[in-house]
Amino acid sequence: MKLLTHNFLSSRFLKNVATGYPLLLRVNEKELREVEFDQDFVQNIMPKVDYNCLVSTLMAIGEQGALPNELPENWRENEELLKELHRVLVKIEVIVGELECPESGRVFPIKDGIPNMLCQEDEC
Amino acid sequence: MNKRDRPERVLPPDLYYNEEEAAKYTMNSHIVSIQTDMSERAVELLVLPEDKTCMLLDIGCGSGISGSVISSSGHQWIGLDISRPMLMLCKDDEDFEGDLIHKDMGTGLPFRPGVFDGCISISAIQWLCHANTSSEIPSRRLHRFFQSLYSCLSRGARAVFQFYPEDDRQTEMIMSMAQKAGFDGGLVVDYPHSAKAKKIYLVLMTGGMQKLPSALTGEEVDEKRQAECTQRRNFVVDRKQNKRAAKGSKAWITQKVEAAKKRGRDFTESKYSGRKRKARF
Repeated sequence: MKLLTHNFLSSRFLKNVATGYPLLLRVNEKELREVEFDQDFVQNIMPKVDYNCLVSTLMAIGEQGALPNELPENWRENEELLKELHRVLVKIEVIVGELECPESGRVFPIKDGIPNMLCQEDEC
Repeated sequence: MNKRDRPERVLPPDLYYNEEEAAKYTMNSHIVSIQTDMSERAVELLVLPEDKTCMLLDIGCGSGISGSVISSSGHQWIGLDISRPMLMLCKDDEDFEGDLIHKDMGTGLPFRPGVFDGCISISAIQWLCHANTSSEIPSRRLHRFFQSLYSCLSRGARAVFQFYPEDDRQTEMIMSMAQKAGFDGGLVVDYPHSAKAKKIYLVLMTGGMQKLPSALTGEEVDEKRQAECTQRRNFVVDRKQNKRAAKGSKAWITQKVEAAKKRGRDFTESKYSGRKRKARF
């Protein structure tokens, strides 16, 4: 699972969970995949990414690197920053770990890089 | 297809697509080519902007056939499927570029609002029309699914579902649930007269602003709002206009010669051709 996907994930499908965002991420095993840098993609996707959630998640898994705490105004022109964003959004792959709903505490395991978000019919 | 042959009638999807069935599905070149064609058509029906990399959702992505079509059209995708063996096959593919989530779409999509630019789903949604346990109510699951889909799409985005309805009642149920969730849209039926090639696509739109009207600058030419001519319209009917020359007449021969010349054939023109002959006894 990429961190970009984690940035989109929410547990709001669960019963009695209002926002369910961001999901707490715990990583047991991760790897760095080789993906070609695509500037347009990063520029297009960044408006959809919740930057605060991204930074706090990176901090929790120890991958913050050179990313600033606030997204600077001129991020579109800053190629260094775009490359770093590309690295954290697309290249880092969580292989084993778990996701936890911040409201209900429900845990979703990640195995072989695929998060298991299944739930029972009466949970949603 | 016979009703008994439909996979939905055999087992629930997570059990039906076990390792064996998933491998069969992916190895069958006939299935792969049909799925690829349908995925290409579905992406085409999304009408995505050409110069932008979009984030798409693939529901029931299976072994990633539709996903590779999305990747090759230059977009990014996240796939959902209920069958883990299918997802593992997808993951093992060398060209795999998306991301996967193990999820039953009937229990709602696990995304925050407004993150996807579009959604495709190939041969998946008909599975929602069947209840596998007594606690599953198909209409409720469809409604929950469409509601969560509506919220995770950005405004103006489309969702295209290719599916195989068992009968008209199923189509009606799926469409009414989509409408209840707030979608506009309808069915696109490709090759409606062929039993084999017929493919049904449900195209759903989230409405919103499709295209902003351009702003006024004060330099517009004042468009006339009324027709200038208010006379009664006269119809010119010339029935002889398209009439062909009588066969064998001079005009007919000239036509033929002109046509042959146009095609590049050589003709020596003669003043005698088609001339009226004198009456002889």
